[in-house]
Amino acid sequence: MTTPDSSMPPPAPAIGPVGWLRQNLFSTWYNALLTIVLVTLLVPLVALILRWILAEARWGVVTANLRLFLIGQYPFEEAWRIWLSLAVLSVLTGISAGIYGGATVRTLATWLAAGQVMLGALAAVSGLGSATTVALVANAAIVWAAFLAVRWRPRAMPRRLVGLGWLASIPISVILLQGIRGLPLPIVTSNLWGGLLLTFLLAIVGILLSFPFGVLLALGRRSGLPAVRVLSTAYIELIRGVPLVTILFMAAVMLPLFLPSNVRIDQVLRAMVGITLFSAAYVAENVRGGLQAIPPGQVEAAHAIGLNTLQTNRFIVLPQALRAVIPANVGLFISLLKDTTLVTIVGLLELLGIGRAVLAQPQWFGAQLEVYVFIAAVFFILCYTMSQASYRLETALGVGTR
Amino acid sequence: MTSAPLDHVHAAVPPWRDIRVLRIAVQVVVVALVLAIGFVLWSNLTASMGRSRLTFGLGFLDTTAGFEIAESPIQFSATDTYGRAFAVGLINTLIISVAGIVLATILGVIVGVGRLSGNWLVNHLAAGFVEVMRNTPLLVQLVLLYAVLLQLPSVANAVALPGSIYLSQRGLSFPRPVVGPTFGAWLALLGIGIAVALATRWFAARREASGHPSSGLRRVGILAMVTIPVVGWVALGAPISLDVPILQRFNFVGGIVLSPEFSALLFGLVIYTSAFIGEVVRGGIQSVRRGQLEAAYAVGLTPRQTLRLVVFPQALRVIVPPLTSQYLNLAKNSSLAIVIGFPDLFSVSRTMSNQTGQPVSVIMLVMATYLAISLATSLAMNLYNRRVQVLEG
Repeated sequence: MTTPDSSMPPPAPAIGPVGWLRQNLFSTWYNALLTIVLVTLLVPLVALILRWILAEARWGVVTANLRLFLIGQYPFEEAWRIWLSLAVLSVLTGISAGIYGGATVRTLATWLAAGQVMLGALAAVSGLGSATTVALVANAAIVWAAFLAVRWRPRAMPRRLVGLGWLASIPISVILLQGIRGLPLPIVTSNLWGGLLLTFLLAIVGILLSFPFGVLLALGRRSGLPAVRVLSTAYIELIRGVPLVTILFMAAVMLPLFLPSNVRIDQVLRAMVGITLFSAAYVAENVRGGLQAIPPGQVEAAHAIGLNTLQTNRFIVLPQALRAVIPANVGLFISLLKDTTLVTIVGLLELLGIGRAVLAQPQWFGAQLEVYVFIAAVFFILCYTMSQASYRLETALGVGTR
Repeated sequence: MTSAPLDHVHAAVPPWRDIRVLRIAVQVVVVALVLAIGFVLWSNLTASMGRSRLTFGLGFLDTTAGFEIAESPIQFSATDTYGRAFAVGLINTLIISVAGIVLATILGVIVGVGRLSGNWLVNHLAAGFVEVMRNTPLLVQLVLLYAVLLQLPSVANAVALPGSIYLSQRGLSFPRPVVGPTFGAWLALLGIGIAVALATRWFAARREASGHPSSGLRRVGILAMVTIPVVGWVALGAPISLDVPILQRFNFVGGIVLSPEFSALLFGLVIYTSAFIGEVVRGGIQSVRRGQLEAAYAVGLTPRQTLRLVVFPQALRVIVPPLTSQYLNLAKNSSLAIVIGFPDLFSVSRTMSNQTGQPVSVIMLVMATYLAISLATSLAMNLYNRRVQVLEG
């Protein structure tokens, strides 16, 4: 006969703060050891970093040069042209979100609106003038206004017009930003474009222009025609085998040589060509992944009902494949946004380039950490929010579950 | 005649709708288009090169470079040729890439396993590390790291870390192992120790198989493996000595010194790539289904055996292909060295291009070299990949 052992300790608490600590930090002896070692290392480190951010860092270099960081040397009195081209983008995005209403466009619209409000707030605290803030916040409102207007009267807006609007938006923006002879807009040469403006411009132009090119390359790589397949594969592998800097360098140095002598092409355009050629290969590999995910039965069925190869691709394969690769392409856009920093090597003044230019001024000599930490923080906020949005997009589009 | 109806069908299809003709026609058009574009570009190129007195050819590689290179693993001075300068850049790139790949793999596995840890702190620390690294540009990380390294104290006030490692503005100094004359003899003793351990282990396994408990024998073997080399080390008078860096009046003497440029580039690349490798490793481990673990425990494998025999072989199959592309990325990203002034392949080539006025040849040479590095890496990794993949059928 056994009596209950009264010397047994009560069971360990499994709920409450103590239970949480026990389960998550001190579950075994080596976890406890790891926790203690990490805490002793982390506490001084975090304290050091916090002290630097809050007390030691001289953030004056950032606030004093915020305009440079945002738009580079773009003349301030002409900056309304930037906000106006953003307004064009806002209208189009809002309308598209209203018409199509898909997760992708809605995410894009939300992001554009939130981004502009954030920029506006940044402008307000940095003394860029209240007009800038008002313009940016108004742009954010335009996104919603356009969205609501289309929702209210869906029939009033023909879809074809929206497509044309998107096509026209690139030349319109470029003309707005650069100015054109014959209009009362002073010309702002692209060597004055810089900062976040140039960063975004390079990334957006890069992804938009490389997309059709990349789709063609992906189709070419999976084509049944040997010559097409070999050419596409060779291009993709060649580009993916070399670093982006060498392509940018080639674009900067050799592109003028490849063109007839009467064609002048400025530095920004050269970088855009280089980035487009580069990212097309990566878009192609993304799209190829989407193409491979489509069961061969779909193509066979399409051929069986009498569609030819072009029609099969246009109506059956691409709509499904491109939907599947949207999250992957958001990822590509994020890495492209980060990669635009490389154009500073060929002498363009995007965000990092502007930072280095600021540091070259004698009064900001010792402020390298402040400038670089600021730039890293800007990129982190942009890229992190975008990557989170892309995770949500992935679930919304049902990639892999459909 | 069975073929008659088919002939009839073929005859009815006009050539512009015959799939066989169309296939060839499309290919001819595409190739012709590519050739035409290539021809236009080529003729423009030769015309503009003629105008600006540029030439093709690699003849300049044999001429005197006339510039110094800050860091060179092989002898190099300004009187050497461009060809040798290019070789210096290539060797520097290879050193950075190989060292970076090894270190990034180690750190990446730690990060990946850390993200799966049951310890909340480790888990969240690893996740935060990965997010910060993946969402900021590598170039910004590099310049930031370099700026931090340059803010370190001067040589006289170098930060001393345990193990005679010193951090200062001049870079990272640490002891260099020096192989003494008795090293060969000690290596032989080490071999004998291992051989004894293996032999006793084999013998013990045989005895155990016939039902005799013999764990004591195993212990003797392990003891022999440890004691023979240790005793030998003392008896032979330390066959490997350390060349410790010592602070002289102006700089450290002895040991290995890594310049701030090299250190910033190496550690920047390692930290950045390890975040990506960590995600690859995590994905690989998570791809092994839970049922596999349960089955392994059910047949009586210990946790360590499960990890070694069940989880790793399967995770490796998933890990190796994306790991290859991370290695390639690291090698390509080493070209960012130019921003912090480390003379790698791209940086040296850019100087060459400016000095020789032969940008076209230099760019072609650089791109071909990077392409060769990439192809060699992916070839090696593909061979390895074939070994770890499951042979089905």
